[in-house]
Amino acid sequence: MRVPLSWLAEYVDLPPGTSLDDVHAALVRVGLEEEDVHTFDLQGPIVVGEVLEFIEEPQTNGKTIRWCQVRVAPEGERAADGGDAVHGIVCGARNFFVGDKVAVTLPGAVLPGPFPIAARKTYGHVSDGMIASARELGLGEDHDGILRLSTLGIDAPVGTDAIALLGLDDAAVEINVTPDRGYAFSIRGVAREYAHATGAVYRDPAAQVPAAAASADAFPVEVRDEAPIRGRVGASVFATRIVRGIDPTRPTPAWMVARLKLAGIRSLSLPVDITNYVMLELGQPIHGYDLDALQGGIVVRRAAPGETLETLDGKVRSLHAEDLLITDDRGAIGLAGVMGGASTEIGDATTNVLIEAANFDPVSIARTARRHKLPSEASKRFERGVDPAVAGAAAARVAQLLVDLAGGIADERGSLIHEAPAREAIHLPDGFVTGLIGVEYTAEEVHDALAEVGGVVTRVDGGVDVVPPSWRPDLTANVDLAEEVARLLGYDRIPSVLPVAPPGRGLTRSQRARRGVADALAAAGATEVLAFPFVTAAENAVYGSADGAPVASVRLANALDATVPFLRRSLIPGLVGVARRNLSRGFTDLDVYELGLVFLPRADRAYGSAELPIGWERPSDAVLAELNDGIPAQPRHVAVLLTGDVLPKQPGRAAEPAGIADALDAVRRIAHAAGAEVEFAQGAHQAMHPGRTAEVRVGGRLVGYAGELHPRLTAEADLPRVVAVAEVDLDAIIALASDSVEAQPIGTLPAATQDLSLVVAAEVPAAVVEAAVREGAGELLEHLQLVDDYRGQGVPEGSKSLTFALRFRAGDRTLTAAEASDAKLAGAALAAERTGAAIRE
Amino acid sequence: MSEPLQITEPAVAAAVDAALAAIAAAADSAALKAVRSEHTGEKSTLARLNASLRSVPNDQKAALGKLVGSARGRVNQAFASREAEIVAAEAEAQLAAEAVDVTALPSRFTPGARHPLALLQDRVCDVFTGMGWEIAEGPEVESEWFNFDALNFDADHPARAMQDTFFVDPPEAHLVMRTHTSPVQVRSMLEREVPIYVLAPGRVYRTDEFDATHLPVFMQFEGLAVDKGLTMAHLRGTLDHFVKSIFGDEAKVRLRPSFFPFTEPSAELDFWHPTFKDGPRWIEWGGCGMVHPNVLRAAGIDPEVYTGFAFGMGIERGLMLRNDVQDMRDMAEGDIRFSQQFGMVV
Repeated sequence: MRVPLSWLAEYVDLPPGTSLDDVHAALVRVGLEEEDVHTFDLQGPIVVGEVLEFIEEPQTNGKTIRWCQVRVAPEGERAADGGDAVHGIVCGARNFFVGDKVAVTLPGAVLPGPFPIAARKTYGHVSDGMIASARELGLGEDHDGILRLSTLGIDAPVGTDAIALLGLDDAAVEINVTPDRGYAFSIRGVAREYAHATGAVYRDPAAQVPAAAASADAFPVEVRDEAPIRGRVGASVFATRIVRGIDPTRPTPAWMVARLKLAGIRSLSLPVDITNYVMLELGQPIHGYDLDALQGGIVVRRAAPGETLETLDGKVRSLHAEDLLITDDRGAIGLAGVMGGASTEIGDATTNVLIEAANFDPVSIARTARRHKLPSEASKRFERGVDPAVAGAAAARVAQLLVDLAGGIADERGSLIHEAPAREAIHLPDGFVTGLIGVEYTAEEVHDALAEVGGVVTRVDGGVDVVPPSWRPDLTANVDLAEEVARLLGYDRIPSVLPVAPPGRGLTRSQRARRGVADALAAAGATEVLAFPFVTAAENAVYGSADGAPVASVRLANALDATVPFLRRSLIPGLVGVARRNLSRGFTDLDVYELGLVFLPRADRAYGSAELPIGWERPSDAVLAELNDGIPAQPRHVAVLLTGDVLPKQPGRAAEPAGIADALDAVRRIAHAAGAEVEFAQGAHQAMHPGRTAEVRVGGRLVGYAGELHPRLTAEADLPRVVAVAEVDLDAIIALASDSVEAQPIGTLPAATQDLSLVVAAEVPAAVVEAAVREGAGELLEHLQLVDDYRGQGVPEGSKSLTFALRFRAGDRTLTAAEASDAKLAGAALAAERTGAAIRE
Repeated sequence: MSEPLQITEPAVAAAVDAALAAIAAAADSAALKAVRSEHTGEKSTLARLNASLRSVPNDQKAALGKLVGSARGRVNQAFASREAEIVAAEAEAQLAAEAVDVTALPSRFTPGARHPLALLQDRVCDVFTGMGWEIAEGPEVESEWFNFDALNFDADHPARAMQDTFFVDPPEAHLVMRTHTSPVQVRSMLEREVPIYVLAPGRVYRTDEFDATHLPVFMQFEGLAVDKGLTMAHLRGTLDHFVKSIFGDEAKVRLRPSFFPFTEPSAELDFWHPTFKDGPRWIEWGGCGMVHPNVLRAAGIDPEVYTGFAFGMGIERGLMLRNDVQDMRDMAEGDIRFSQQFGMVV
């Protein structure tokens, strides 16, 4: 809402010298947030001039200019720029006549742009200023010619300051109005709020013109709502007035044009400007009809099936059964409270006007405005609630202005339907406000604050009853009244008291583990990133499905970027995007990771809930369970991506390129930080290199994959051929991890170390051999490490030699070499039995 | 066996002088070893003089024995001291030879980094767990009931539109990307017994265009306390404590009247700090208020018995203010330089 200060000052006392900042500061205190300021952004001297004479001079460029002599100061006086009383001015426009009064910008003036005016040589003359158009002054869009002041009904003496004359010295504050404060979409409401903030005297603009008494023989109106939405009739108030015989040629006065302009509304024609003006002033949307275009009386009803309406913007709209219509005998003539129809629009020739000031149901208007994508100044106000008591006064105010400014004659009879229910009193127990706000307010303070916002406050046993004012539909409960008291008396009075929560237990096990995982990866050199979870269908199909079976994805109905409307099933596409961006910025060695949710709907079922619980009570456990069941699984994954070198080439050391081993290490690090034991086995995933993929298991359960991306995908993504990745279900790993460690006694007796080389078929996984050795060697084996995987001379074709370093220790005695050897051979024997491994001689 | 030598003072002195000169001239342990062999070995003059003692008359044995013994002692002492010198010099030379340029060593260290938003979120959580609060979490694809209805957003109220919601297809299924972490507050109230003190951090989604000051995906943390006798003063006290914990003791909080469907009274939360880049000033950081009775009712909590307060702030904005980040896109694009400038500390 933009509020011109001159307008505000009509209804509340602004101390002299009050600045835009002062007004903003006052309004912020009561909850109207500062948004912007608006001025005409120009400087004088700009004065009223009179065209004394001009000569038309055709130019070689085809234009004809006028070389004008313009009187800009009374005879015998100096002009406002210090120059002669008559200035020679070149003017490109030709829409004026000798004797016309015009707005002259003299040298030294600055027009919006900024566009400084100076005497300048042009078309063979020195043009000593400029005759301004409405657009150049910031008053409107009209640039067909210069502004003839007579068109605004102005005939001021030559030399008069045109800035003040045209209202261009006014300025407006723009405030952000929260959705509960519909009444602040009016000068009336903002002035009242300013009074609340400053204590200044407030004059209600709705009280200045009395509403017409409802008359039975006034214009016939009927509300015939056969399908109220949520039980509320579509129009609870409907006031009309008729003004006849307006002069359609009358201009809108300059002050009104300037105020509308500052308020963000373009001047169109006097009757339309007046309806907008009153809407801004009182917050009551007004619709004006060309009375002669109406056929019979008005009926307000819901749309019939198949009904259409051509709205003011020239569009033919198919109507919905919920749309509330204004109709006459011929059918729909307006979308109630949203936009008028074309057939009864006020036009250039309209002389008789029907004024409508109605109160429509917020929900009905909101749905219609949304359905037809027609957010209008009117619908914005109705959605937030318009004072049902102001309609009559608003219609009267429009009638008054049409009489005063347009020369019409008002029919004193008005029709008025007023079915709006009376407001019920809200009981406010003594001490309630203090108990909620934490400030010791006195009973007087509470009473006075509520009275000041317009409530009718009655002392009752144990508290007060408050009937909220008609313009505050948002005040419905005791807590609403508490806020009114707190904000009027100032939030600054609220003290600072730290509440004491019951003793807590810190982070949960899962939260601790996740933090440990994130820290461990970063400590090992990886960089955490946070990618958006939006992906393509193809990315989910490839990265979100190991075996290529079709998967379901969550799709957004209104994605910002239509190319990525799905939610990720895997973190890898996001990391691939991050890698591409970093590579494009010159970073070839990458080690990045992300912790985040993935979205895993199943393909065999639907999600969501057709109906939501209604009402302010706890839904049953069954209903809550159903709501929760309708939400797709969203486990937290962690994924890593490495490419380039994990270690750069350095003095005395070759570069170490990233590969599958680094992906597995990252998984080990993750599991280690989470307290889980991880196992790898040869795996397969359609997004990964067929020979370089490990499946990751914890406690036998598959929790993810690690390895290298399929080179086909890295080529498609313009990445280096080798990109190591791993992605695991972190929630699952944490759930599978043991949450306590049983400490083992630490043996202090000497250890015996031995090596064991086994020759085995090349395709046997080392882990299988290792497991057999471990099991066979028994509990004397303390530690085992695969130290070599040799193929070549001395080892048969198709076989490999695996060398393990073994460390044995007994808890109760010093092992002999023979005992250690026996254990080793037992391990080798089991490996031989299971895998055909033979001890390498 | 060589001829016995005549033991005379000049002969002994000459042998000693020759030995001492040779010891002094020895430059390293190898040379010293050769000198030792030459001047104290079996064939050396001193050894032969010593051996000749056997053939001197008894009455001279004591005097000559002392002469030769003292000569041998001096020589041995000289050996020992020269040997120590040489060992020390050689050890020093070895250390000198082992010196490296500590500025040119290869390194296995790579400076990894947490994302500063995640770090800041952790810090915020720590402030609240330190006060005894719990950290609560919930899904990002959420039922509209948790995201809106339970929070007193009427289906037709403009407040529902002010949130710029991402809807899951089809919209009739009433699933949304949560627009705030408030649904976690509802879940917390449904799952826990009063008193409740929870902080809900996490990712939220709004259909804002991606630019320097807006992200469609961002991080929030929201606090909720429900207990007997809680007032707006407790809200302010909690916020005061929090901003001082994160920004330092000079930070302070201001509340401005505002509107949110789920709180009444509601306030915008501004905070002030002397070290903002553009000078000390009030900066808007979030919203807060007393939990609306309808929200308590929807969670099965009696508003006649309990009151609650809630607040919510954006982590991105916190990071911008604390660390002078100019462009929000840097937080989302994953350029490794952005996280790496923070490392493990925010």
